[in-house]
Amino acid sequence: MSRMSRRTWLGMAGAAAGAGLVGLPQLQRESRAAALTPRDLIRQRNLPNVVLTTHEGEQVRFYDDLVKDRFVTINMVYTSCKTTCPLTTANLVRVQKMLGDRVGRDLSMYSITLDPEHDTPEVLNSYVKTFGVGSGWKFLTGKPEDIELLRRRLGFAWANQEMDRNKDFHTGNLRYGNEPLMLWGAVPGMAEPEWVSECILFADWPQNREKDRERIAQLKSRKASRAESGANPTAPIAQGHGHH
Amino acid sequence: MRLLKYRLTKRQRDVLKNRQELIKAGISRRDLLKLGLMTSAGVLVDGLSVSKAFGQVAASRGTTTTVPRSTSQSCGTRGSSLCVISPPIQPFLDLLPTPRDGTWRVQTPTALSPAPTAAPNTAAGEGRTIAHQAFTQFPPQKFYAVTQKAGALSITSDPTIAPQNLWGFAIGTPEQNNPINVPGPLYVERYNVPILVRNYNRLPPEGQNGGFGKPSVTTHLHNGHTPSESDGNPCNYFEIGQFYDQHYPNVLAGINSTHPGTGDIQESMSTLWYHDHRVDFTSQNTYKGLAGMYLLFNDFDTGDELTGFHLPSFPQYDIPMVFNDKVIDPGTGQIFFDLFNLDGVLGDRYLVNGKVQPVLHVSPRRYRFRWLNTGPSRFHQFFLTDLTNLSANNTFWQISTDGNLTDKPYQVSSARVAVAERVDVIVDFTGKAGKTFYIENRLVQNDGQGPSGGLFAAGQGNLLLKIVVDGPVVNDNSQNPANITAFYGFPSTTATPRVTRNFTFQNRGDWRINDKIFACDDIRFRVQRNSVEIWNWQNEGSSWHHPVHMHFEEFQTLSINGQAPATSPLVQKGRKDVARLESRDNQRLFFRFRDFLGRYPLHCHNVVHEDHAMMLHLEIVDSGADTNTRP
Repeated sequence: MSRMSRRTWLGMAGAAAGAGLVGLPQLQRESRAAALTPRDLIRQRNLPNVVLTTHEGEQVRFYDDLVKDRFVTINMVYTSCKTTCPLTTANLVRVQKMLGDRVGRDLSMYSITLDPEHDTPEVLNSYVKTFGVGSGWKFLTGKPEDIELLRRRLGFAWANQEMDRNKDFHTGNLRYGNEPLMLWGAVPGMAEPEWVSECILFADWPQNREKDRERIAQLKSRKASRAESGANPTAPIAQGHGHH
Repeated sequence: MRLLKYRLTKRQRDVLKNRQELIKAGISRRDLLKLGLMTSAGVLVDGLSVSKAFGQVAASRGTTTTVPRSTSQSCGTRGSSLCVISPPIQPFLDLLPTPRDGTWRVQTPTALSPAPTAAPNTAAGEGRTIAHQAFTQFPPQKFYAVTQKAGALSITSDPTIAPQNLWGFAIGTPEQNNPINVPGPLYVERYNVPILVRNYNRLPPEGQNGGFGKPSVTTHLHNGHTPSESDGNPCNYFEIGQFYDQHYPNVLAGINSTHPGTGDIQESMSTLWYHDHRVDFTSQNTYKGLAGMYLLFNDFDTGDELTGFHLPSFPQYDIPMVFNDKVIDPGTGQIFFDLFNLDGVLGDRYLVNGKVQPVLHVSPRRYRFRWLNTGPSRFHQFFLTDLTNLSANNTFWQISTDGNLTDKPYQVSSARVAVAERVDVIVDFTGKAGKTFYIENRLVQNDGQGPSGGLFAAGQGNLLLKIVVDGPVVNDNSQNPANITAFYGFPSTTATPRVTRNFTFQNRGDWRINDKIFACDDIRFRVQRNSVEIWNWQNEGSSWHHPVHMHFEEFQTLSINGQAPATSPLVQKGRKDVARLESRDNQRLFFRFRDFLGRYPLHCHNVVHEDHAMMLHLEIVDSGADTNTRP
């Protein structure tokens, strides 16, 4: 809570000048209202309530229907992407399996298209089928300006303008978060799937901590035994997009 | 001085001219205050005109780029940066908290119950999972308790700014229920006096973080020659209700290897710090307050100006300073952290030792200042500025690079301090009675990526600390740095390396090292204990700068972009634990891994990059070391 106060400011030395300024007229600083909670501000700034369409053709509002009160993952993809997206999606399908019944029950996964003009619900639906994406994971499209707003607000964006124009540089990270707990983090979507799963669970409800620990231990021991038996590596390693 | 009353200085004329421009443009004072372009005193920030205020290209004056300081935070135009700008805060209202004045608390020993054990005391609620490897060899002689919890602290006496809800370290156990300190309590330690810190996590539960921060912690002693299990590894985090015993042997490197029983005096360190290192949440937790400093003295750097190197005495004339930048959210009145930013996070308000732009009073004599930048992402370049004489070159002596003293003092006009870097300096105020100086950051940085290039003109940067030379005349028994010809010297770097390894720091849409992504359990390579390695660190990009930190062992910089490290205008030569990889920089570094075993991380210390996987794990081993040249 900010303190509300009215204060009369006399002309006084400038911040840097330190001394010697001529008198300025009196100035009143306006009161600041402080009715918003940190959670409200995160919602206002980062989780715009734009209308999107799921790969199943359902109209949803981003905040109200997808994020509010939920434990979620969010990433961005586009179906014609030849480099990172297919590998990331395949990796996250593994993650989805590792998280088992959590996904769809009390963990929601969302992938938002970066190419809404091409990626209609029908196109996204066939992408979902191709990759064997399970239930509890929605692919989303919408108006281009809404997608762009989401991209920036959710921080799938870079200050480097050249790079920020390249869609492939927005597909690397998976955000995980718990909206009511105000816990937000990110992990590269192509990290090994056991690690992606572990990171997602950093934002889980605290009452699940023991169960999460058991799940992670189980995933790690399965991975260790796979490694011993010489089975296929579990995580694809991307070749990257080029130098920046 | 009398004349000033009647004759306007150039600065004052500019301010008036700007006001006239504003009236013409129809912009109200309220608008400017909102934008943070006007100081709390109702004065436009220096050098700011209407055209500049609204984001026009900064004017160029000679070779120095000048940019109005309050617009130096990018605001909603690039990347994901949000337009959240702090309300104005009146500067120079508060005294700098110091250990000298008791306003920065020094950690005090206590008895611990149950008694610490080498094996983790899981039954009593210890979160540690690995036994102390050097507990018997270096039994702790001093025991401390510290409790991480939430509290409200004033960061300024400006009445418009509410106390801030921070996370900090309280001296003592949870039962002692002491208030938190931000920065955390200062550890004042000596070599060869091993200590043990019992670290309790009593942070508030999830959902009560005020918008950011994860109440799961691991405290890293940055630069410590510390066994892995006590290092504060990002993956050794512990939860609310638990504690974690951290054993700091405070020994010189080489004690179990090249210099048995004593360690190598040339490995001595002076200025260390500690901070939360929770994997994926380091930036949020450190920004929330979980950081402090740790000083190490020995028979040379004694803390007493009558002995050893005769450096100014602690705490009277040896003053640690923790710099960081924050945004105060106008919506809540509380510190704001941009959760959804991958480039790095900048603040627009500047704190030193937990206070906004404070004031330090000094006597006309020599002082040692220990500068630490805790970020999260801003680089600083500090100058000493006298606002009444902007053309003066106010030099000082740089005596350290990070935790290590340089080979000898270097006279400099400025020092660059990236996140996690430390610089110890000696400033001589002899003959300066009555004067006022400012520690001014003149490095231009417009977003979290790194410095944007160029310096502000003197007086146009950010004035972080006001130093008033109005203390009594006192004895100065410290040595004039001009007459110090050598400190410890540097260890030889002629040994043949066991392997030369190459590391490239990259952005591939995510943060990477050598094309690979961090995972806690992924030990990228294994280093032979008591061996020498040469590492090349390369910044692949030009946009982002990476202050890269190696835990446990410092390095000696052999070359930067093929050139021998310089000593002027910036001191590069020396032993360090953070390498500032600026645009496309390549640094060649000499490492010696000695004494202890286990897992340690190497990572970018722009903590936003670190939290997004610009990190790797290596392990120091006795068998199974590899020679992977690009791990």
